[in-house]
Amino acid sequence: MKTFKIGGVHPEENKLASNKAIEVLPIPQKVCIPITQHLGAPSTLVVEKGANVKVGQLLAKADAFICANVHSSVSGKISKIDTTTDTSGYRKTSVFIDVEGDEWEESIDKSDAIIKEIKLSKEEIIAKIKDMGIVGLGGATFPTHVKLMVPQGKKADVLIINGVECEPYLTSDHRVMLEKGEEMLVGVSILMKGLGVEKAMIGIENNKADAISHLQNLSGNFNGIEVHALKVKYPQGAEKQLIKALINREVPAGKLPIEVGCVVSNAGTAFAVYEAIQKNKPLFERVVTVTGKSVKKPSNFMVRLGVAVNELIERAGGLPEDTGKVISGGPMMGKSLNSLDVPVVKGTSGILIMTQKESKRVEIQNCIRCGKCITVCPMGLEPYLLAQVAENANFETAENERVMDCIECGSCHYTCPSGRPLLDYLRVGKNKVGQIIRNRANN
Amino acid sequence: MNLLTVSGSPHVHGDQSLKKIMWGVVIAMLPAMLVSFWYFGLPAIIITLTAVISCLVFEYLIQKFLLKQNPTITDGSAVITGMLLAFNVPSSLPLWQMVIGALVAIGIAKMSYGGLGKNPFNPALVGRVFLLISFPVDMTLWPLPKPVWTMVDAITGPTSLGVLKEGVAKGDTVSQLASQLPSLQDLFIGGVGGSLGEVSAAALILGGLYMIFRKIITWHIPVSFIATVAIFTGIMWQVNPEHYINPMFHLLAGGLMLGAIFMATDMVTSPMTYKGMIVYGIGCGVLTVLIRLWGSYPEGVSFAILIMNAVTPLINKGFKPKRFGEVVK
Repeated sequence: MKTFKIGGVHPEENKLASNKAIEVLPIPQKVCIPITQHLGAPSTLVVEKGANVKVGQLLAKADAFICANVHSSVSGKISKIDTTTDTSGYRKTSVFIDVEGDEWEESIDKSDAIIKEIKLSKEEIIAKIKDMGIVGLGGATFPTHVKLMVPQGKKADVLIINGVECEPYLTSDHRVMLEKGEEMLVGVSILMKGLGVEKAMIGIENNKADAISHLQNLSGNFNGIEVHALKVKYPQGAEKQLIKALINREVPAGKLPIEVGCVVSNAGTAFAVYEAIQKNKPLFERVVTVTGKSVKKPSNFMVRLGVAVNELIERAGGLPEDTGKVISGGPMMGKSLNSLDVPVVKGTSGILIMTQKESKRVEIQNCIRCGKCITVCPMGLEPYLLAQVAENANFETAENERVMDCIECGSCHYTCPSGRPLLDYLRVGKNKVGQIIRNRANN
Repeated sequence: MNLLTVSGSPHVHGDQSLKKIMWGVVIAMLPAMLVSFWYFGLPAIIITLTAVISCLVFEYLIQKFLLKQNPTITDGSAVITGMLLAFNVPSSLPLWQMVIGALVAIGIAKMSYGGLGKNPFNPALVGRVFLLISFPVDMTLWPLPKPVWTMVDAITGPTSLGVLKEGVAKGDTVSQLASQLPSLQDLFIGGVGGSLGEVSAAALILGGLYMIFRKIITWHIPVSFIATVAIFTGIMWQVNPEHYINPMFHLLAGGLMLGAIFMATDMVTSPMTYKGMIVYGIGCGVLTVLIRLWGSYPEGVSFAILIMNAVTPLINKGFKPKRFGEVVK
């Protein structure tokens, strides 16, 4: 069975919510929608305080190249425009809306009927994906339309769809593939047309056998879509590792997948693309897994963006007594939250609740040079060395030893028998080396 | 509500820990230790206990009173050093010498560099070589192993490698010496004169397989070390079988198995990449054979490993892992 070759770990899967059907969360009383929910330049606000908005109405528009539109997820009145911290921990300008009713933009098709025929041209598809504010839903939130605009001199020959969901606990993509499989495959076809390729490969780890067989059955009706089972190994969902696993091409250091002729998009994103193109529905809701060993009802919710994390947790049985940590995302790469009054955004794939015991890091001991961090690093780096030089502020060596290649998957810290916080140090190294590189470029 | 913990990812940790690794090594050494108790009897038990207890006491005292640290003797690393040190001496070694060996191993070779993980040389080997140079007579007189129940005083004699070296030096041929050398079967199962831990290759290999199974070590160092010795001595054997003994004898006699499985694989003092480990294993093998065949000592495993320990930082620099997406120039 296919997988990537260098490094990788196998954390406990704990897919507690994998058999929980997607449940639509009731419309919230109020929402808070940050106007920048993507990777790239901030969007420009186009509404004012006191205005009435509908579901799907544009709130902020993309002016820059790498940027994305943001739409309202509810109908109601804008109570204020202020800053708030979102799940990323940074303060961002946000639109606060008091919900009144549930009035959608007329153009949106609310029916369940599946529309397979793709009427739009390649250019129209890209323009509409941009209009609808579609970004990668796997967590990195890179604007999808930008990926489809292949730079001059480069050529894509295959679209790769990431259905790996290698993070433990998370099940939102799994549920989308199972419950919205056909819509998702139409979305994949749309992305193929937008990108101008004849072939798409969907990679799914074989701990989701039901999703693999379901999509394999359906894919017979679609041209050029292959579904591949992958051996379970973290971080297979990282795009460079996924490309390596599926088509054995290696993206050069510091480059994008297009360098080796492919573009990677996420399974959930493909479903959002379907809704955007075929149903005129902007990206204003997504599936979020709420899970954890102490959570009463681990669930997968379809939620309107901007709803507070608090409300999701309430619906999943409330915050357990001995909660120590709440993480936005999975346990390997997710961010721990310092407040539960933060809004769900486009990049929120899951909310993971950990007990106080689980939240404690293991005791830090001396490095015994066992080399396990090197063995598990999927980028072929030497985390022990990078951590050491970062700790000693020797950033020149850190750069030469390619600290910038680190994808922050956390396999090194996860594995270290001495419990050394390797990734913490690597982040310091990346941060400083990044500054040094930018300064060099500016001078 | 309680305050939430905020920390960087990852938020989960694998099941490996320092203690598990160290105590895993201790478990892997048990078969060889029990075989040595079986053959050498009470003196072996006493010398092993002396070594382990001395190492623990010295580590505790140095951490507590000299370095003013919290003692970490429960991590198992000092127990390993003690056991390995005992594995490397004859059971007849006077106990006070054993205590000095432990002090050198823990005090000089380990704690003076900053403790666990910081030492460039394998502490047990430093202790052994110190004893070998300081007390050459006591360190090279080996009681012939006798099962415990034969309550006679142990007879001492040279090791098989020593017999071979001396004989060949005098001009005897290998076939003339054959009657004085143990059979390969005895070398494999046990019951041949030597240090405590050298007695049974089978027990050592069992321990090695356990460590590979538990992912404490990988095959790279032991296999490249042993294979190099086999190939090198095999070539010499082909060249002149009357002067150089067969490679199987080299593999099973002396401390090769002990060195390749338990000493050379010490994480702290061996390279960290697979490529580096193989280079290191080959280096250990070549040096061992050079010393055995042409050096002045009959056995070269300890020296070979210590020399390669010194080269390890260079190997780590020279043999980097293959970077993902590295542009080939």
